[in-house]
Amino acid sequence: MRQYLKSMKTVTKVDFATYLGVILAFIIVTVCQSMGLLNRSMTGMLVPICCYVCMAVSLNLTVGILGELSLGHAGFMSVGAFSGIVTAMSLQSAIPNDLVRMILALIVGAFFAAVVGFIVGIPVLRLRGDYLAIVTLAFGEIIKDLINCLLVGWDENGLHIALNLDGTKSMSSLGLTENGIEIIKGAQGATGNARIATFTVGFVLVMITLIVVLNLVRSRTGRAVMAIRDNRIAAESVGLNVTKYKLTAFVVSTALAGAAGALFGLNYSNVTAAQFDFNTSILVLVYVVLGGLGNIWGSVVAATVLYILPEALRQFSDYRMLVYAIVLILVMLATNNPTFKAIFSRLRRKDDLPDTAGKEAQ
Amino acid sequence: MMKKKLLALLTASVMVLSLAACGGDSGTTDDTSGTDDSTETTATAFKIGVIGPLTGDAAIYGTCVANSTQIAVEEINALGGDIQFELLTPADDVNDAETSVNAYNNLMDQGMQLLVGTVTTQPGLSVFPLTNEDRLFTITPSASGDDCIEGNDTVFQVCFTDSNQGMRSAQYIDENFEDPQIAIIYKNDDQYSIGIHDNFVAEAESRGMSIVYEGTFNNSSATDFNVQLTAAQAAGADLLFLPIYYSPASIILTQANAMGYAPTFFGVDGMDGILTAKGFDASLAEGVYLLTPFAADAEDELTQNFVTTYQEQYGEIPNQFGADAYDAVYTLYAAIQAAGVTADMSAADICEALIEVMPTISVTGLTSAGAEMTWDSNGAVSKDPTAVVIRDGAYVTP
Repeated sequence: MRQYLKSMKTVTKVDFATYLGVILAFIIVTVCQSMGLLNRSMTGMLVPICCYVCMAVSLNLTVGILGELSLGHAGFMSVGAFSGIVTAMSLQSAIPNDLVRMILALIVGAFFAAVVGFIVGIPVLRLRGDYLAIVTLAFGEIIKDLINCLLVGWDENGLHIALNLDGTKSMSSLGLTENGIEIIKGAQGATGNARIATFTVGFVLVMITLIVVLNLVRSRTGRAVMAIRDNRIAAESVGLNVTKYKLTAFVVSTALAGAAGALFGLNYSNVTAAQFDFNTSILVLVYVVLGGLGNIWGSVVAATVLYILPEALRQFSDYRMLVYAIVLILVMLATNNPTFKAIFSRLRRKDDLPDTAGKEAQ
Repeated sequence: MMKKKLLALLTASVMVLSLAACGGDSGTTDDTSGTDDSTETTATAFKIGVIGPLTGDAAIYGTCVANSTQIAVEEINALGGDIQFELLTPADDVNDAETSVNAYNNLMDQGMQLLVGTVTTQPGLSVFPLTNEDRLFTITPSASGDDCIEGNDTVFQVCFTDSNQGMRSAQYIDENFEDPQIAIIYKNDDQYSIGIHDNFVAEAESRGMSIVYEGTFNNSSATDFNVQLTAAQAAGADLLFLPIYYSPASIILTQANAMGYAPTFFGVDGMDGILTAKGFDASLAEGVYLLTPFAADAEDELTQNFVTTYQEQYGEIPNQFGADAYDAVYTLYAAIQAAGVTADMSAADICEALIEVMPTISVTGLTSAGAEMTWDSNGAVSKDPTAVVIRDGAYVTP
């Protein structure tokens, strides 16, 4: 066993430590919850934390690993949220089991977000430069306005969908029968959702996200993606299909954001498109940047801590967000501090030494 | 080097501080400093929670609700009867649904038994299903959305519903203006605004009123209204109906003034607060009509007392949201008296008992214009809205 551990690469160790950390956190929280040690505000935050962890990890794939800036990640989250809600609500009578519906909603949310991500990515990722940032920024706004016009209802005849582009249509123009349910009411968003998201589903989603992202990063594709990030010309010169690899990473990232969105949407009884605005995208970007670009476990920790922080600061009442901002700045300064960096790199070098030595011996 | 060490120390101390705050939340609530100095906390006091936007865009509403609740609670406690209230530290929701749910959970941890909130509709739609599930009696001062109370027996409103406001506005305009050419600018990502707009338009159509222009905006375009205003002017509108909150309304008034367009402005309860909006020249609001159940310059004793106390303590004139909150606390008081519940009962038991008596009680308050407010079992209030006009920086009955 020791031998095996020693022969493992540092990155592999870090990956396993990440999995282990998340599983441990889940077990501890579940045990605390069953013993009644967790208060309500903590319990209420569990599912949103899972969502934001998935969001941060998936955005890290785009920003940290692929090296492209995405400013509209919340837009993909909203696509996932609304398609997930429509799925879960319209299958309410067909599939009474909440868990099955939840899983279906996650899959559908991920699928639609992936499709949208593909459409957004295909023209943009062919280009050099910061075009993805510009286009995703616009996409986030467009999707918000589109969903603001979207009317969706369901009755025994199936789904009724209308786009209220000129402001003349209302829910009645869908022509729902008496048993019909109104799912998305344009700008009012989706109201009266069944809240079927649970912490366990959230945990499983976080694990799936981690497994997908970490395995992708450590695979042949992941190495190609990172090669493109580090030097596009060099990557092209060895025959890598740049667009294909970029698109793979980006679509995976959007699909995971969609799944996170579906989880988020089904955790609240009312979700509006306005919630997934530019600020939400930036919030997730802040998690990624503070956790460290390309550092997956950093994203997990940063998302968790920074989501809890504003709630933990409630005692400061009006000065809550002020203190939050100060903490953000301090964290940024601290992580860029040369002394800290030196300590970290010293630790890392110690770990790396046997590894590189082993490689040289081969 | 010294500096950097200091910085590191500071960072560490902030983190520790935030962790300490974390621990404080889960602990006992007796040490919440906000309530100690102002209210007599006895073992048998009902714990009241307030959720509202204390910071952000709609902060004027939330702050006024929190302050007015405080005044009402102090007054009731000073009566020294069996019924005593303990006001928990008001929870900020920044007018955001997600934060509002977190705020609600936080208050539940502190043992809240009765909720005065939420102040705005959108967060309410996320919080009210939870209060229904937890069987927590909820009285909202100003979340006026029809969906807030529909199918939810634990929630009661002190304000009128959006449909009522839209209808009454159309009725008032039809009766008091001669053949108005109406333009509407509303916010199409806000349930409150859409609700009033839809009902206004429906009532206006059935009365054969002429609506010449309808313009929309949303959260991200709430800073520039020149397009809508130019279009309204071009359509020949002489009355601009604004079923929106005061912050965008203040921008509309400023920009309309800048382009020399001077129709009659007509707002609803969201327009309340415009006189105290930050960075807004209040003289531009002269002649603005708004539909509100509360005028701070009303002569009756109840209003005068409330306004004087509020001014003494907070140095401002309270708006209608505060008055609604004040009435909400007195409604709770009346309902508790009628139901005969005590503070040592569980929140769910109190809730069931109060739901029973709510349709039977009637309350005279600041916002009922001298008459009585009553509730139906659905949770909607019945009282009369009145229109006021702003003259010399004050609300006057036209």
